[in-house]
Amino acid sequence: MKLLIFAGPPSAGKTAVIRQIIRQLAGEYAIAFLKIDVVRAFEDEELSAEFGIPARKVYSGDVCPDHTGILVLRDAISWANDLGAGILIVESAGLCLRCTPYTTQSLGVVVLSAVGGTNSPLKMAPMIALADVAVVTKVDLISQAEKEVFRERVREVAPDVDIIETNAVQGTGLRFLMKAIRAVPDITAPDEIVLRGMPPLAVCTICAGKKEIGWQHHFGILKTLDSADDLYRGE
Amino acid sequence: MKPLTITTITVLPGKARDGSREAFEEITIHAGDMISIVGPTGSGKTAFINDIEVFACNDTVTGRTILVNGEVPPDEMVRDPAKKPIALITQNTKCLADLTVKEFLEMHVKARRIPDENRTAETIALANEFTGEKIRGEMRMTSLSGGQTRSLLIADAVAVSSAPIILLDEVESGGIFKENVIASLKKNNKAVLFVTHDPLLALLSDRRIVMRNGAVESILEPEGREKRILARISELDGFLSRMREKIRAGELLDGEVPTL
Repeated sequence: MKLLIFAGPPSAGKTAVIRQIIRQLAGEYAIAFLKIDVVRAFEDEELSAEFGIPARKVYSGDVCPDHTGILVLRDAISWANDLGAGILIVESAGLCLRCTPYTTQSLGVVVLSAVGGTNSPLKMAPMIALADVAVVTKVDLISQAEKEVFRERVREVAPDVDIIETNAVQGTGLRFLMKAIRAVPDITAPDEIVLRGMPPLAVCTICAGKKEIGWQHHFGILKTLDSADDLYRGE
Repeated sequence: MKPLTITTITVLPGKARDGSREAFEEITIHAGDMISIVGPTGSGKTAFINDIEVFACNDTVTGRTILVNGEVPPDEMVRDPAKKPIALITQNTKCLADLTVKEFLEMHVKARRIPDENRTAETIALANEFTGEKIRGEMRMTSLSGGQTRSLLIADAVAVSSAPIILLDEVESGGIFKENVIASLKKNNKAVLFVTHDPLLALLSDRRIVMRNGAVESILEPEGREKRILARISELDGFLSRMREKIRAGELLDGEVPTL
Protein backbone atom coordinates (compact mmCIF):
# COMPACT_ATOMS: atom_id res chain seq x y z
CA MET A 1 0.00 0.00 0.00
CA LYS A 2 1.16 3.52 -0.90
CA LEU A 3 0.92 6.34 1.62
CA LEU A 4 0.17 9.89 0.40
CA ILE A 5 0.33 12.74 2.90
CA PHE A 6 -1.27 16.07 1.97
CA ALA A 7 -0.56 19.36 3.68
CA GLY A 8 -1.27 22.95 2.72
CA PRO A 9 -3.10 26.01 4.00
CA PRO A 10 -6.89 26.18 4.20
CA SER A 11 -8.67 26.81 0.88
CA ALA A 12 -5.56 25.96 -1.16
CA GLY A 13 -7.47 23.15 -2.85
CA LYS A 14 -6.15 20.02 -1.09
CA THR A 15 -9.48 18.23 -1.36
CA ALA A 16 -9.94 19.29 -5.00
CA VAL A 17 -6.58 17.71 -5.84
CA ILE A 18 -7.44 14.57 -3.85
CA ARG A 19 -10.76 14.34 -5.67
CA GLN A 20 -8.88 14.30 -9.00
CA ILE A 21 -6.57 11.57 -7.73
CA ILE A 22 -9.50 9.39 -6.71
CA ARG A 23 -11.28 10.10 -9.99
CA GLN A 24 -8.26 9.17 -12.06
CA LEU A 25 -6.73 6.33 -10.03
CA ALA A 26 -9.70 4.55 -8.44
CA GLY A 27 -9.77 2.14 -11.37
CA GLU A 28 -6.19 1.06 -10.67
CA TYR A 29 -6.06 1.14 -6.87
CA ALA A 30 -8.43 0.68 -3.95
CA ILE A 31 -8.20 4.05 -2.19
CA ALA A 32 -8.82 4.81 1.49
CA PHE A 33 -8.98 8.36 2.88
CA LEU A 34 -8.38 9.93 6.29
CA LYS A 35 -9.08 13.59 7.09
CA ILE A 36 -7.67 15.25 10.18
CA ASP A 37 -9.34 18.42 11.37
CA VAL A 38 -10.04 20.43 14.48
CA VAL A 39 -13.77 20.82 15.04
CA ARG A 40 -15.64 20.04 11.83
CA ALA A 41 -14.79 18.32 8.56
CA PHE A 42 -16.96 17.03 5.75
CA GLU A 43 -14.40 15.72 3.27
CA ASP A 44 -14.76 12.10 4.40
CA GLU A 45 -18.52 12.07 3.94
CA GLU A 46 -18.31 13.88 0.62
CA LEU A 47 -15.61 11.66 -0.88
CA SER A 48 -17.26 8.52 0.43
CA ALA A 49 -20.61 9.52 -1.07
CA GLU A 50 -19.09 10.64 -4.37
CA PHE A 51 -16.73 7.74 -4.99
CA GLY A 52 -17.88 5.01 -2.63
CA ILE A 53 -14.44 4.72 -1.02
CA PRO A 54 -13.76 4.00 2.66
CA ALA A 55 -13.16 7.36 4.34
CA ARG A 56 -12.96 8.57 7.90
CA LYS A 57 -11.95 11.57 9.99
CA VAL A 58 -10.36 12.41 13.30
CA TYR A 59 -11.10 15.55 15.26
CA SER A 60 -8.19 16.89 17.22
CA GLY A 61 -10.32 19.07 19.48
CA ASP A 62 -8.07 20.96 21.86
CA VAL A 63 -4.86 19.33 20.67
CA CYS A 64 -2.72 20.41 17.70
CA PRO A 65 -4.22 18.70 14.61
CA ASP A 66 -0.84 17.80 13.20
CA HIS A 67 0.14 16.23 16.49
CA THR A 68 -3.09 14.26 16.37
CA GLY A 69 -2.40 13.21 12.81
CA ILE A 70 0.97 11.78 13.76
CA LEU A 71 -0.45 9.97 16.77
CA VAL A 72 -3.19 8.25 14.75
CA LEU A 73 -1.19 7.55 11.58
CA ARG A 74 0.02 4.10 12.59
CA ASP A 75 -3.56 3.03 13.39
CA ALA A 76 -4.73 4.51 10.10
CA ILE A 77 -2.21 2.43 8.14
CA SER A 78 -3.50 -0.73 9.84
CA TRP A 79 -7.10 0.29 9.14
CA ALA A 80 -6.43 0.88 5.44
CA ASN A 81 -4.31 -2.27 5.16
CA ASP A 82 -7.07 -4.39 6.67
CA LEU A 83 -9.45 -2.98 4.06
CA GLY A 84 -7.03 -4.09 1.34
CA ALA A 85 -6.36 -0.53 0.19
CA GLY A 86 -3.68 0.12 -2.43
CA ILE A 87 -3.42 3.82 -1.52
CA LEU A 88 -4.04 5.59 1.79
CA ILE A 89 -4.51 9.35 1.44
CA VAL A 90 -4.11 11.43 4.60
CA GLU A 91 -5.22 15.08 4.47
CA SER A 92 -3.99 17.42 7.20
CA ALA A 93 -6.12 20.16 8.72
CA GLY A 94 -3.90 22.74 7.06
CA LEU A 95 -3.99 25.18 9.94
CA CYS A 96 -0.38 25.39 11.02
CA LEU A 97 1.80 26.75 8.24
CA ARG A 98 4.91 25.53 10.02
CA CYS A 99 3.70 21.95 10.05
CA THR A 100 5.45 19.22 8.13
CA PRO A 101 3.42 16.05 8.55
CA TYR A 102 5.38 14.11 5.89
CA THR A 103 6.93 10.81 6.83
CA THR A 104 9.37 8.34 5.39
CA GLN A 105 7.87 5.64 3.11
CA SER A 106 5.30 8.13 1.78
CA LEU A 107 4.76 10.74 -0.92
CA GLY A 108 4.58 14.16 0.74
CA VAL A 109 2.44 16.62 -1.21
CA VAL A 110 2.02 20.29 -0.34
CA VAL A 111 -0.86 22.11 -2.01
CA LEU A 112 -0.38 25.85 -2.50
CA SER A 113 -2.73 28.38 -4.00
CA ALA A 114 -1.26 30.60 -6.71
CA VAL A 115 -3.45 33.44 -5.47
CA GLY A 116 -2.12 33.21 -1.91
CA GLY A 117 0.40 36.01 -2.41
CA THR A 118 3.94 36.10 -3.74
CA ASN A 119 5.46 35.69 -0.30
CA SER A 120 3.29 32.78 0.83
CA PRO A 121 5.91 30.13 -0.11
CA LEU A 122 8.42 31.91 2.13
CA LYS A 123 5.98 31.93 5.03
CA MET A 124 5.45 28.19 4.90
CA ALA A 125 8.96 27.20 3.94
CA PRO A 126 9.28 23.98 5.98
CA MET A 127 5.96 22.67 4.69
CA ILE A 128 7.29 23.04 1.13
CA ALA A 129 10.92 22.17 1.70
CA LEU A 130 10.21 18.71 3.13
CA ALA A 131 7.56 17.79 0.55
CA ASP A 132 8.26 15.70 -2.54
CA VAL A 133 5.71 17.49 -4.70
CA ALA A 134 4.32 21.03 -4.58
CA VAL A 135 0.98 21.29 -6.36
CA VAL A 136 0.20 24.92 -7.21
CA THR A 137 -3.54 25.38 -7.68
CA LYS A 138 -5.73 28.12 -9.21
CA VAL A 139 -3.14 28.92 -11.88
CA ASP A 140 -6.01 29.76 -14.21
CA LEU A 141 -6.51 32.95 -12.17
CA ILE A 142 -3.03 34.39 -12.70
CA SER A 143 -0.94 35.46 -15.65
CA GLN A 144 1.95 33.59 -17.19
CA ALA A 145 4.42 36.06 -15.68
CA GLU A 146 2.89 35.67 -12.20
CA LYS A 147 3.13 31.89 -12.52
CA GLU A 148 6.83 32.11 -13.22
CA VAL A 149 7.40 34.52 -10.35
CA PHE A 150 5.45 32.27 -7.97
CA ARG A 151 7.45 29.26 -9.11
CA GLU A 152 10.66 31.18 -8.51
CA ARG A 153 9.52 31.84 -4.92
CA VAL A 154 8.82 28.14 -4.37
CA ARG A 155 12.27 27.35 -5.78
CA GLU A 156 13.82 29.74 -3.25
CA VAL A 157 12.67 27.56 -0.37
CA ALA A 158 12.81 24.21 -2.11
CA PRO A 159 15.14 24.07 -5.12
CA ASP A 160 14.38 20.43 -5.87
CA VAL A 161 10.71 20.03 -5.07
CA ASP A 162 8.66 18.75 -8.02
CA ILE A 163 6.30 21.65 -8.91
CA ILE A 164 3.02 20.80 -10.62
CA GLU A 165 0.71 23.62 -11.70
CA THR A 166 -2.98 22.96 -12.01
CA ASN A 167 -6.49 24.20 -12.09
CA ALA A 168 -7.57 21.43 -9.73
CA VAL A 169 -11.27 21.83 -10.47
CA GLN A 170 -10.59 21.00 -14.13
CA GLY A 171 -7.65 18.72 -13.39
CA THR A 172 -5.30 20.30 -15.93
CA GLY A 173 -1.65 19.36 -15.54
CA LEU A 174 -2.32 16.67 -12.93
CA ARG A 175 -1.16 13.87 -15.20
CA PHE A 176 2.30 14.57 -13.76
CA LEU A 177 1.03 14.06 -10.21
CA MET A 178 -0.56 10.74 -11.21
CA LYS A 179 2.76 9.70 -12.69
CA ALA A 180 4.52 10.55 -9.40
CA ILE A 181 1.92 8.62 -7.39
CA ARG A 182 2.24 5.52 -9.58
CA ALA A 183 5.98 5.63 -8.98
CA VAL A 184 5.73 5.79 -5.16
CA PRO A 185 6.94 2.54 -3.57
CA ASP A 186 4.61 0.69 -1.21
CA ILE A 187 5.13 0.90 2.53
CA THR A 188 7.58 -1.87 3.37
CA ALA A 189 7.96 -1.52 7.15
CA PRO A 190 5.13 0.45 8.75
CA ASP A 191 6.68 0.27 12.21
CA GLU A 192 9.79 2.02 10.98
CA ILE A 193 7.98 5.07 9.55
CA VAL A 194 9.24 8.32 11.07
CA LEU A 195 8.63 12.00 10.49
CA ARG A 196 10.92 13.66 7.96
CA GLY A 197 11.34 16.84 9.95
CA MET A 198 10.72 18.26 13.37
CA PRO A 199 7.36 20.00 13.26
CA PRO A 200 6.55 22.50 16.02
CA LEU A 201 4.21 20.18 17.78
CA ALA A 202 4.55 21.37 21.37
CA VAL A 203 1.23 20.84 23.05
CA CYS A 204 1.32 23.71 25.47
CA THR A 205 -1.28 24.60 28.07
CA ILE A 206 -2.72 27.30 25.78
CA CYS A 207 -3.20 24.73 23.02
CA ALA A 208 -5.04 22.62 25.56
CA GLY A 209 -7.51 25.37 26.37
CA LYS A 210 -6.13 27.19 29.41
CA LYS A 211 -7.08 30.81 28.77
CA GLU A 212 -5.21 32.90 31.34
CA ILE A 213 -2.69 35.31 29.87
CA GLY A 214 0.90 35.48 31.10
CA TRP A 215 3.49 32.72 31.21
CA GLN A 216 3.14 32.58 34.99
CA HIS A 217 -0.11 30.63 34.50
CA HIS A 218 1.24 28.10 32.02
CA PHE A 219 3.37 24.97 31.79
CA GLY A 220 5.40 23.37 29.07
CA ILE A 221 7.37 25.53 26.66
CA LEU A 222 7.12 29.16 27.76
CA LYS A 223 8.39 32.54 26.62
CA THR A 224 8.84 35.75 28.56
CA LEU A 225 8.96 39.19 27.04
CA ASP A 226 12.55 39.87 28.01
CA SER A 227 14.20 36.53 27.33
CA ALA A 228 14.93 35.33 23.80
CA ASP A 229 15.23 31.74 25.02
CA ASP A 230 12.39 29.34 25.66
CA LEU A 231 11.67 28.45 29.23
CA TYR A 232 10.58 24.93 30.17
CA ARG A 233 8.39 24.28 33.16
CA GLY A 234 6.65 21.08 34.23
CA GLU A 235 3.55 20.94 36.34
CA MET B 1 17.19 28.86 -23.29
CA LYS B 2 14.51 27.17 -25.35
CA PRO B 3 14.94 23.43 -25.79
CA LEU B 4 13.67 23.44 -29.35
CA THR B 5 12.55 25.86 -32.03
CA ILE B 6 8.82 26.01 -32.43
CA THR B 7 7.69 26.00 -36.02
CA THR B 8 4.05 25.03 -35.57
CA ILE B 9 1.37 24.54 -32.94
CA THR B 10 -1.42 22.18 -33.94
CA VAL B 11 -4.85 21.93 -32.34
CA LEU B 12 -6.56 18.55 -32.73
CA PRO B 13 -10.35 18.45 -32.32
CA GLY B 14 -12.16 17.63 -29.10
CA LYS B 15 -15.86 17.52 -28.48
CA ALA B 16 -18.75 19.97 -28.11
CA ARG B 17 -20.85 20.16 -24.93
CA ASP B 18 -23.34 17.70 -26.46
CA GLY B 19 -20.50 15.19 -26.94
CA SER B 20 -20.27 15.48 -30.73
CA ARG B 21 -16.82 15.72 -32.31
CA GLU B 22 -15.63 19.12 -33.48
CA ALA B 23 -15.92 19.72 -37.21
CA PHE B 24 -12.29 20.33 -38.16
CA GLU B 25 -9.33 18.10 -38.88
CA GLU B 26 -6.66 20.28 -37.33
CA ILE B 27 -5.78 23.94 -36.85
CA THR B 28 -2.13 24.77 -37.46
CA ILE B 29 -0.57 27.97 -36.16
CA HIS B 30 2.68 29.44 -37.52
CA ALA B 31 4.87 32.39 -36.47
CA GLY B 32 3.29 35.69 -37.51
CA ASP B 33 -0.26 34.28 -37.65
CA MET B 34 -3.04 36.54 -36.37
CA ILE B 35 -6.04 34.46 -35.39
CA SER B 36 -9.18 35.79 -33.74
CA ILE B 37 -11.66 33.70 -31.79
CA VAL B 38 -15.24 34.91 -31.84
CA GLY B 39 -18.61 33.63 -30.66
CA PRO B 40 -21.29 34.31 -28.08
CA THR B 41 -20.52 34.47 -24.37
CA GLY B 42 -20.15 30.95 -22.99
CA SER B 43 -19.41 29.42 -26.39
CA GLY B 44 -15.98 28.14 -25.34
CA LYS B 45 -13.62 30.88 -26.57
CA THR B 46 -11.61 31.11 -23.38
CA ALA B 47 -11.54 27.31 -23.02
CA PHE B 48 -10.03 27.13 -26.53
CA ILE B 49 -7.05 29.33 -25.70
CA ASN B 50 -6.71 27.73 -22.27
CA ASP B 51 -6.31 24.36 -24.00
CA ILE B 52 -3.39 25.78 -25.97
CA GLU B 53 -1.91 27.36 -22.86
CA VAL B 54 -1.84 24.12 -20.86
CA PHE B 55 -0.88 21.95 -23.88
CA ALA B 56 -4.06 19.94 -23.44
CA CYS B 57 -3.54 16.25 -23.97
CA ASN B 58 -7.10 14.99 -23.92
CA ASP B 59 -7.09 15.93 -20.21
CA THR B 60 -9.33 19.00 -20.25
CA VAL B 61 -13.12 19.18 -20.47
CA THR B 62 -12.94 19.82 -24.22
CA GLY B 63 -10.87 16.71 -24.98
CA ARG B 64 -8.61 18.63 -27.37
CA THR B 65 -4.95 17.79 -27.94
CA ILE B 66 -2.21 20.31 -28.67
CA LEU B 67 0.91 19.34 -30.63
CA VAL B 68 4.17 21.26 -30.99
CA ASN B 69 5.94 20.75 -34.32
CA GLY B 70 3.46 17.94 -34.97
CA GLU B 71 4.34 16.00 -31.82
CA VAL B 72 3.29 15.80 -28.18
CA PRO B 73 5.48 18.45 -26.52
CA PRO B 74 8.25 17.30 -24.15
CA ASP B 75 7.35 17.28 -20.43
CA GLU B 76 9.75 20.05 -19.51
CA MET B 77 8.14 22.45 -22.01
CA VAL B 78 4.74 21.74 -20.49
CA ARG B 79 5.83 21.81 -16.87
CA ASP B 80 8.36 24.60 -16.55
CA PRO B 81 6.72 27.95 -17.27
CA ALA B 82 10.14 29.47 -17.94
CA LYS B 83 10.55 27.04 -20.86
CA LYS B 84 7.03 27.55 -22.11
CA PRO B 85 6.77 29.16 -25.54
CA ILE B 86 3.31 30.55 -24.75
CA ALA B 87 2.19 33.60 -22.81
CA LEU B 88 -1.47 34.01 -21.95
CA ILE B 89 -2.92 37.38 -21.00
CA THR B 90 -6.15 36.52 -19.21
CA GLN B 91 -9.35 38.49 -18.79
CA ASN B 92 -8.31 39.21 -15.22
CA THR B 93 -7.18 42.76 -14.99
CA LYS B 94 -5.80 42.49 -11.50
CA CYS B 95 -2.38 41.25 -10.61
CA LEU B 96 -2.15 39.44 -7.30
CA ALA B 97 1.61 39.62 -6.85
CA ASP B 98 2.40 41.62 -3.74
CA LEU B 99 5.40 43.40 -5.28
CA THR B 100 6.27 46.64 -7.05
CA VAL B 101 6.36 46.65 -10.85
CA LYS B 102 10.15 46.77 -10.77
CA GLU B 103 10.49 43.91 -8.26
CA PHE B 104 8.00 41.83 -10.20
CA LEU B 105 9.82 42.28 -13.51
CA GLU B 106 13.21 41.72 -11.90
CA MET B 107 11.97 38.49 -10.42
CA HIS B 108 10.59 37.39 -13.78
CA VAL B 109 13.87 38.30 -15.50
CA LYS B 110 15.67 36.24 -12.86
CA ALA B 111 13.27 33.30 -13.36
CA ARG B 112 14.08 33.42 -17.07
CA ARG B 113 17.83 33.60 -16.33
CA ILE B 114 18.20 36.69 -18.53
CA PRO B 115 21.50 38.45 -17.82
CA ASP B 116 20.29 41.76 -19.28
CA GLU B 117 20.15 44.57 -16.73
CA ASN B 118 18.09 46.95 -18.85
CA ARG B 119 15.29 44.50 -19.53
CA THR B 120 13.10 45.80 -16.71
CA ALA B 121 13.24 49.40 -17.92
CA GLU B 122 12.65 48.32 -21.54
CA THR B 123 9.60 46.35 -20.51
CA ILE B 124 8.09 49.30 -18.65
CA ALA B 125 8.80 51.56 -21.65
CA LEU B 126 7.08 49.12 -24.01
CA ALA B 127 4.10 48.83 -21.65
CA ASN B 128 3.76 52.60 -21.71
CA GLU B 129 3.31 52.43 -25.50
CA PHE B 130 0.18 50.36 -24.87
CA THR B 131 -1.48 52.51 -22.24
CA GLY B 132 -2.15 56.18 -21.69
CA GLU B 133 -1.91 55.83 -17.92
CA LYS B 134 1.79 55.97 -17.19
CA ILE B 135 3.32 52.94 -15.42
CA ARG B 136 6.29 53.54 -13.11
CA GLY B 137 8.64 50.99 -11.58
CA GLU B 138 7.85 51.87 -8.00
CA MET B 139 4.09 51.34 -8.39
CA ARG B 140 2.66 48.28 -6.69
CA MET B 141 1.38 45.55 -9.02
CA THR B 142 -1.87 45.34 -7.06
CA SER B 143 -2.54 49.05 -7.51
CA LEU B 144 -2.31 49.06 -11.33
CA SER B 145 -5.52 49.70 -13.25
CA GLY B 146 -6.92 47.11 -15.62
CA GLY B 147 -5.36 48.83 -18.63
CA GLN B 148 -1.98 49.17 -16.94
CA THR B 149 -1.95 45.54 -15.82
CA ARG B 150 -2.70 44.21 -19.27
CA SER B 151 -0.27 46.57 -20.93
CA LEU B 152 2.48 45.48 -18.57
CA LEU B 153 1.73 41.78 -18.96
CA ILE B 154 1.71 42.04 -22.76
CA ALA B 155 5.00 43.96 -22.67
CA ASP B 156 6.35 41.31 -20.31
CA ALA B 157 5.28 38.54 -22.70
CA VAL B 158 7.15 40.26 -25.53
CA ALA B 159 10.24 41.56 -23.73
CA VAL B 160 10.82 39.12 -20.86
CA SER B 161 9.17 35.81 -21.78
CA SER B 162 10.03 36.29 -25.45
CA ALA B 163 7.19 33.84 -26.01
CA PRO B 164 6.69 33.13 -29.72
CA ILE B 165 2.98 32.49 -29.13
CA ILE B 166 0.78 35.03 -27.38
CA LEU B 167 -2.79 34.39 -26.30
CA LEU B 168 -4.95 37.41 -25.53
CA ASP B 169 -8.32 37.07 -23.86
CA GLU B 170 -10.53 40.08 -24.62
CA VAL B 171 -7.63 42.47 -24.56
CA GLU B 172 -9.82 45.37 -25.70
CA SER B 173 -11.77 45.47 -22.46
CA GLY B 174 -8.80 46.73 -20.47
CA GLY B 175 -8.70 50.27 -21.85
CA ILE B 176 -5.47 49.94 -23.86
CA PHE B 177 -4.29 51.06 -27.31
CA LYS B 178 -5.24 47.82 -29.05
CA GLU B 179 -3.80 48.78 -32.45
CA ASN B 180 -0.41 49.54 -30.85
CA VAL B 181 -0.49 46.12 -29.20
CA ILE B 182 -1.33 44.31 -32.43
CA ALA B 183 1.27 46.33 -34.36
CA SER B 184 3.97 45.54 -31.80
CA LEU B 185 3.13 41.84 -31.79
CA LYS B 186 3.14 41.78 -35.60
CA LYS B 187 6.47 43.58 -35.68
CA ASN B 188 7.94 40.94 -33.36
CA ASN B 189 6.61 38.12 -35.61
CA LYS B 190 4.52 36.60 -32.81
CA ALA B 191 1.81 34.06 -33.46
CA VAL B 192 -1.19 35.72 -31.81
CA LEU B 193 -4.55 34.21 -30.91
CA PHE B 194 -7.04 36.59 -29.44
CA VAL B 195 -10.52 36.16 -28.08
CA THR B 196 -12.45 39.27 -29.02
CA HIS B 197 -15.83 40.91 -29.33
CA ASP B 198 -14.28 43.93 -31.04
CA PRO B 199 -15.12 44.23 -34.76
CA LEU B 200 -11.88 45.98 -35.63
CA LEU B 201 -9.66 43.42 -33.89
CA ALA B 202 -11.66 40.55 -35.39
CA LEU B 203 -11.18 41.96 -38.88
CA LEU B 204 -7.46 42.59 -38.33
CA SER B 205 -6.86 38.84 -38.06
CA ASP B 206 -6.00 36.54 -40.96
CA ARG B 207 -8.20 33.74 -39.68
CA ARG B 208 -11.34 33.83 -37.57
CA ILE B 209 -12.34 30.84 -35.47
CA VAL B 210 -16.07 30.81 -34.72
CA MET B 211 -17.13 29.06 -31.51
CA ARG B 212 -20.50 27.63 -30.51
CA ASN B 213 -21.61 25.27 -27.70
CA GLY B 214 -18.06 24.64 -26.56
CA ALA B 215 -16.84 23.67 -30.02
CA VAL B 216 -15.19 25.22 -33.06
CA GLU B 217 -18.09 25.73 -35.48
CA SER B 218 -16.18 27.13 -38.44
CA ILE B 219 -12.90 28.74 -39.46
CA LEU B 220 -13.19 31.79 -41.70
CA GLU B 221 -10.36 32.95 -43.95
CA PRO B 222 -11.47 36.27 -45.42
CA GLU B 223 -8.38 36.60 -47.69
CA GLY B 224 -9.00 40.26 -48.39
CA ARG B 225 -12.74 39.96 -49.02
CA GLU B 226 -13.46 42.07 -45.93
CA LYS B 227 -11.08 44.83 -46.94
CA ARG B 228 -13.74 47.42 -47.71
CA ILE B 229 -15.67 46.92 -44.50
CA LEU B 230 -12.40 46.88 -42.54
CA ALA B 231 -11.55 50.37 -43.83
CA ARG B 232 -14.98 51.59 -42.74
CA ILE B 233 -14.76 49.97 -39.28
CA SER B 234 -11.30 51.41 -38.83
CA GLU B 235 -12.68 54.93 -39.48
CA LEU B 236 -15.59 54.36 -37.10
CA ASP B 237 -13.25 53.01 -34.45
CA GLY B 238 -10.97 56.03 -34.80
CA PHE B 239 -13.97 58.31 -34.47
CA LEU B 240 -15.16 56.49 -31.34
CA SER B 241 -11.67 56.64 -29.84
CA ARG B 242 -11.45 60.38 -30.37
CA MET B 243 -14.87 60.90 -28.82
CA ARG B 244 -13.96 58.64 -25.93
CA GLU B 245 -10.84 60.70 -25.22
CA LYS B 246 -12.85 63.94 -25.30
CA ILE B 247 -15.42 62.54 -22.86
CA ARG B 248 -12.63 61.28 -20.62
CA ALA B 249 -11.01 64.70 -20.73
CA GLY B 250 -14.23 66.20 -19.39
CA GLU B 251 -15.36 67.94 -22.60
CA LEU B 252 -18.98 68.66 -23.45
CA LEU B 253 -19.66 67.44 -26.99
CA ASP B 254 -22.18 70.15 -27.91
CA GLY B 255 -20.49 71.61 -31.01
CA GLU B 256 -20.64 70.55 -34.64
CA VAL B 257 -20.92 66.81 -35.16
CA PRO B 258 -17.42 65.95 -36.39
CA THR B 259 -16.97 63.95 -39.55
CA LEU B 260 -15.51 60.45 -39.32
